[in-house]
Amino acid sequence: MAITRIIIPRLVLLLFVVLGVAIITFTISHLIPGDPARMIAGDRASAETLENVRRNLGLDRPVVEQFTIYIGNLLQGDLGTSLRTNRPVAGDIRTFLPATLELGSVALFIAICLGVPLGVLSAVYKDGPIDQIARTVSVCGISMPVFWFGLILIYLFYAKFQILPGSGRLAMGIVAPERITGFLLIDSLLQGRFDAFRSAVYHIILPGFVLAFANMGVITRQIRASMLDVLQEDYIRTARASGLRKRMIIFNYALRNALIPSITLLGLALGDLLYGAVLTETIFAWPGMGTYVVTSIQTLDFPAIMGFTIVASIGYVLINLLVDLAYMLADPQIREV
Amino acid sequence: MSAVMPTEPATASPAMRRAKSISERLLYLWYLSRRSPLTLVGAAIILLVLFMIIAAPMIAPYNPDKVSLTARLLPPSAVHWFGTDEVGRDLFSRVIYGARASCGAAFMIVLISMLVGVLIGCFSGVVGGRVDTAIMRLMDVVLALPALVLAMALAAALGPSLFNSMLAVAIVRIPAYVRLARGQTLSLREQVFVKASRTFGASPFYILRWHILPNAMSPIIVQATLDLGGVVLIAAALSFIGLGAQPPTAEWGALVSSGRSYMLDQWWYATFPGLAILITAMGCNLVGDGIRDMLDPRLRGR
Repeated sequence: MAITRIIIPRLVLLLFVVLGVAIITFTISHLIPGDPARMIAGDRASAETLENVRRNLGLDRPVVEQFTIYIGNLLQGDLGTSLRTNRPVAGDIRTFLPATLELGSVALFIAICLGVPLGVLSAVYKDGPIDQIARTVSVCGISMPVFWFGLILIYLFYAKFQILPGSGRLAMGIVAPERITGFLLIDSLLQGRFDAFRSAVYHIILPGFVLAFANMGVITRQIRASMLDVLQEDYIRTARASGLRKRMIIFNYALRNALIPSITLLGLALGDLLYGAVLTETIFAWPGMGTYVVTSIQTLDFPAIMGFTIVASIGYVLINLLVDLAYMLADPQIREV
Repeated sequence: MSAVMPTEPATASPAMRRAKSISERLLYLWYLSRRSPLTLVGAAIILLVLFMIIAAPMIAPYNPDKVSLTARLLPPSAVHWFGTDEVGRDLFSRVIYGARASCGAAFMIVLISMLVGVLIGCFSGVVGGRVDTAIMRLMDVVLALPALVLAMALAAALGPSLFNSMLAVAIVRIPAYVRLARGQTLSLREQVFVKASRTFGASPFYILRWHILPNAMSPIIVQATLDLGGVVLIAAALSFIGLGAQPPTAEWGALVSSGRSYMLDQWWYATFPGLAILITAMGCNLVGDGIRDMLDPRLRGR
């Protein structure tokens, strides 16, 4: 079947990608100036203690052997121990991941809800005032320094107008709902904790919008471009000639086909989303992976940084694989190649 | 680019032909950009930023590093247009000088990744065979990763400094250029004029230098222009999280970062440097989009 012919090379690439990330992070951890054993044992440790630490970490063995051990640990889900928290990195990531996923999903949802209609309007009224406005908004989104936008919104909505909270996931004094999925919006509803739900919604509005804004720009631009392509097609002219309503032509005929090339973009947008989440979380003190990795960077906690890189990379590659599969399912022309 | 231009009469001398073609090109660009006012806005922004970079000592009213403890955290006024920072340095002057560090870094990043990428790409395309396959698979692996996360990890490992963060971003941007340059090389290699040159005994290096590189350059330069806006943002963001330029340096990301702690009471500190980032990135993106639209024959008739 055609699909397997497309999937198998992708899976092979995936394998290489995972190996590649492992090699890159391993090399980076060995490039760091300074002695990791000294970092763990402390400055005043005796030569004997240092030697012990080194042996425990396997640093006295040949590099190739160290790499095999590293890969072996990775395969067992062991990402090492954080130098800062002294806990396993994998556990830390499991703690912080849901907050990031929640923020990312909300942002993606907002970005799609705003970006798609804006792109459609922009294409339908091409070169008119609506198009100019939509294009300006979209360029603004693409050119927006996320960290600065977050600060400005905090200043306006938290400090000046005092209508929205500026940091964290829940208001002080509200007990977090018991962790089921780790998504506060879902957990609080599942347990009927409407106070927590309300607070969580208020807290996610600003960071969600900041993170959504940049992606909205990319989505608007993509939808506009593919809508312009589709609107030129013969079948659109035919539909128009047969007297179909304009709204019907735009949504049922043009948009459905214009969305297909946009699916690929979605996978790429996730990379931006991930990176934007790092900055947004830092600004809004959002207790997710981004805050975790920036704190790790500032304290030179390399196992944590590399653990984050590995998890983020593998997640990104897997999602892109899924996106490509979705693309194949959505576009019959590709399925039958 | 050459495909866009009308062909000149063969009788003109090379110098004349070149002059004519440049002025024609400029006219044509002018004609095209008049149809999209946003591109002109972008071009104006870029000119303004370039002017700031070149003429910084002349425009800046104060020395950007001059500390004045009696003038700490003053709000914007006629004397200090953008206000002052926590040790009384004039923020307007610091933002103007910051263009040098911020835009200089972005420009260097694009330049390095473009040069290295084009070299590897052309080499890979000309050599072909197993070397080519190996290089391209390696690039596939790097391209499949989230570039910015990788840049962060790299910059963290190299140690926080403006130079290291530039290096890290440049490295993760190389594969895109490798792919583009290799694609160009492969298609040009089969062109009749290249084949003819080979028949006359031209060496691979000669062909690369005189036939492939000049013709492959225009799509690569378009890509570089498009990249510039994004890179301005990334460089500033790395500085903001403490991986790039370090605080005393007047760099926009670093300025926003130090202004962050004063945001609630002294809004101007972080606001103006951030505005500079936004406007510069916007200028680059508008011009990049404009150039791409001009060169895309599908869009030209519309």
